[in-house]
Amino acid sequence: MEMKDLFYAMPLLIVGGGILLILLIDMFFKGGKKIIPALTFFILLGTAYYSLFTINQLPIGLMPVSEFGLFYGMLSFGGKAHLFYFLFNFGSAIAVLIANDYLKKIETEYSEYYILLLSSVLGMMLIAGSRNLVMIFIGLEQMSISFYALAGYRRKNILSNEAALKYFLLGSFATGFLIYGMAFIFGTAQSMMLIDIFSQTSVLVKNPLFMIGILLFLIGFTFKIAAVPFHMWAPDVYEGSPTSVTALMATVGKAAAFSAILLIFVSVAKMGPNSVFSSMFSVVAVLSMLYGSIAAIAQKDIKRMLAYSSIAHAGYMTIGLAAVNPSGIAGIIFYLVAYTFMNLGAFGIIALLESKEGKFLSIEDYKGLGTRQPFLAASLAIIMFALSGIPPFAGFFGKYYIFLAAIQSGDTWLALVGVLSSVISVYFYLRVVVYMYFSKSDDESAILEISQTGLLAVIASLVLVIAFGLAPGSLIRLISGLI
Amino acid sequence: MEVILFAVFASIAVVSSVLVVTRRNPVIAALCLILNFGSLAGMYLLLSAQFIAVVQIIVYAGAIMVLFLFVLMLLRPDMERSFFRHDPLFKWAAIIVSVFTFLLLVYAIILTTFNAPILANHAKTIEIGTVEAIGKELFSNFLLPFEAIGFVLLSATVGAMLLSKKKLD
Amino acid sequence: MIESYIPIFLVFGFAILFSLAVVFSSSLFGPQRPNAEKMTTYESGVKPIGLANERVSVKYYLVAMLFIIFDLEVIFVYPWAVKFKSLYAQQGIQVFWAMIVFLTVFEVGFLYAFKKGGFKWD
Repeated sequence: MEMKDLFYAMPLLIVGGGILLILLIDMFFKGGKKIIPALTFFILLGTAYYSLFTINQLPIGLMPVSEFGLFYGMLSFGGKAHLFYFLFNFGSAIAVLIANDYLKKIETEYSEYYILLLSSVLGMMLIAGSRNLVMIFIGLEQMSISFYALAGYRRKNILSNEAALKYFLLGSFATGFLIYGMAFIFGTAQSMMLIDIFSQTSVLVKNPLFMIGILLFLIGFTFKIAAVPFHMWAPDVYEGSPTSVTALMATVGKAAAFSAILLIFVSVAKMGPNSVFSSMFSVVAVLSMLYGSIAAIAQKDIKRMLAYSSIAHAGYMTIGLAAVNPSGIAGIIFYLVAYTFMNLGAFGIIALLESKEGKFLSIEDYKGLGTRQPFLAASLAIIMFALSGIPPFAGFFGKYYIFLAAIQSGDTWLALVGVLSSVISVYFYLRVVVYMYFSKSDDESAILEISQTGLLAVIASLVLVIAFGLAPGSLIRLISGLI
Repeated sequence: MEVILFAVFASIAVVSSVLVVTRRNPVIAALCLILNFGSLAGMYLLLSAQFIAVVQIIVYAGAIMVLFLFVLMLLRPDMERSFFRHDPLFKWAAIIVSVFTFLLLVYAIILTTFNAPILANHAKTIEIGTVEAIGKELFSNFLLPFEAIGFVLLSATVGAMLLSKKKLD
Repeated sequence: MIESYIPIFLVFGFAILFSLAVVFSSSLFGPQRPNAEKMTTYESGVKPIGLANERVSVKYYLVAMLFIIFDLEVIFVYPWAVKFKSLYAQQGIQVFWAMIVFLTVFEVGFLYAFKKGGFKWD
C-alpha cells in the first residue's frame, strides 16, 4: 500500500472519519449535539461533490481506470464507482435534511441516527467501489446492519419494532444465499477478485457450479432490491420504519444493491443475451412490474403504496438487466438517479406532513391538501406525475431509456409489458392527485408547522426531478461515458 | 490416522446437527450446536486451518452460543412451540429448502475435480492456515476489508445500544 | 503434522471422560430412593410457581452482544500480537499503522459503549 491509495480513497476516509468524529462529539461535548445533523449533512455533501468532480480524473501517469485498483486491487477509483458515491452521498444528504425536524416531531432524538446513517453510506460506498467479493459482502453487511437498527429507531413504536425484526430475519436469510453463491463462485474461479473471475468467465460458464453461484448471488441481491419473488418484506418494512429511514433505504439502499448487481453483471453479460440469466431477469421484471402496480392499487396507506410502487420500479430497472447491453446499464443508472430523487421527494413530503400519531399516513388524509398546503400539494403532484412516468419529468426518461434498451436487444415484449404496467400505475399515483385537488377534507385542523430543512429537501429533489426531465441528455451522456 | 480422525469428527458433526433439529427443548438443541461447532473445529484442524479452528472455538462455541442462549431466554418457549404446531407450512418450506441445499452440496462435491497439485504440495499447504500466514494476508491483500470490519463492528455496537439500551443519553 | 496435535486431543479426551465420570458416578454409586416430594424443584423451601424458563430482561442481550463484538475485534488482534516481529520484517511499518487505525475504530466503539452506560445495569 502506498500513500496515494489513501488520497484516492478520500470519499471513504471522509465518511469513515466522520463517523468517528460524530461519535466523539456525541460522547464528550454535551452542547455539541445540536451541530451533529449539520455536520453529517456537510460531510455527505462534501463527499458527494468530491466524488462528482473526480469522476473523470484519471490519476496522472497511472493505469486506466478499469485496471486501477486501490489497496492491493480491492477498491476502484473514478468512473462508475464515483458516480454511485455521488448518488449515495447526495441522496443521504437530502435524507438528513428530511430527518432533522422529523426526529424532533416524533420526539425520539438520538445522535445514533446520524452515526448509523453515515455507517450505511460507508457500506454502500464499499459495495459500489469494490473489486472483490469479500468487499461486496462486508459493504453489504455494513449497510444492512445500519438499516436493521435504523428501521427499529422508534423504539416504543410497535410497527417500527416489527419492521426491524422482519427486515433483520429476512435480510440475514438473503445474505445466507449470497454467501453460499460467493462460495460457489470462489470455488470454481479459485479467486475472489472480480477481475480474475471476469477473465475466466468464458470458460467458467460451462461449469454448472459457477452458474449456480451467480444465481444464488443474484437471488441475494434480488431480495435487497425488493423484486418479486423476494419482495414480501418491503411493504411491512417501509410502512413500519420511521419515514425518514424509509426515504433512505427505499432510495439509496436500493441503488447500492443495484450497484452490486451491476458489478457482477459483466460476467452475466459475457454469457450473452440468450443466457439463462437474461430470461431469469425477464421473469423477475415482468412479475415485479405487474405485481407492484396491481397490488399498489389496493393500498390505503401511502407508505405501503410507495413500497409496492418501489417493487414495480425495481421491475422496470430489471428490464435493463434482461436487455444485457450497455444502453441497458446506462438506463438503469439513469433510472436509479431519477428514482432516488423522486422517492426522496415523495417521502420528504410525507415526513413533513406526518404527525407523531400517524396522521397523513393514510391516503384519505390527503383530501383537500391542494387548498390547505398549495406548495406541498403541487410538489407531491409533480412527483406523482414523475413516478408514473408522465413527461417531461425524470421518471419518463428513466423508463424511456430502459425500454429503448429492451427494444434494441430484441425484447420488445418486455417494453410492452413495462408500458402496460406504467398505465396501470397511473391509476394509483393520480388517485393521490385527485384526492388533493378534487376532494374536500373532512378534517380542517391546522397542519403542524412545516419544517424549513424538510422543505429544502423537497425543493432540492423537485428541482432535480424537473431538471433531469428537461435535460436528460447531459446525465445520460455522463453515464454512457463511464460504462 | 487422519482418516480415522475425520470419520470421528464427521460422525459427531452429523449426529449433533441432527440432534439440533430434532430436540424439542431449544436449550438442549443449542448445546448440541456447540458439539457440532467443536467437531467442525476439529475438521478445520485436519484441513490445516489452525487459526480458523481456534477462532471457531473462541467465537462460535464461546461468544455466539452465549448470545444464542440469551436470545432463547428472551423468547417465550411455550408460545414458540404452539407457533410451530399451528403452522405446518413453515415446516414443509424448511424441509424443502434444506433438501435443496443438501442436494446442491452433493452435486457440488460430485462435480468438483479436486486440485491434485495443491494437495500434493503438503508442506506448503500446512503453512496456509498458520497465524503468521493469516496475519500476512490480513495486513497486505486484505488490509481494506480488515479496516472495514472495524466499522461493521462499530455500527453493530451502536445499533445494539440503540435498540436495547433503556436510557440512551 | 496432525501428530503434533495428539497432546491436545488427549487433553480433550481426558476432559470429556472426567466430566462424564463426575456426572454419572454419583448416580452410579449413590443410593436412590426417590419420592414425589424429593423430586420437586428446590426453591429455598418455597413451592415452585410457573415455568423455570421465564423471559429474561433484554439487558442480558446487550451484554452478550457487546461481548461478541469485542470478542470478534480481539480475534483480529491475535495474528498481529503473536507474530508482529516477522510481519514487521516482511511488510514494514504498514503493519503497525494498520492495527493502530483498527484499534482507533475499536476504541471509539468501546468508549461509546462505556460512556452511554452499555456496561451498566440500570
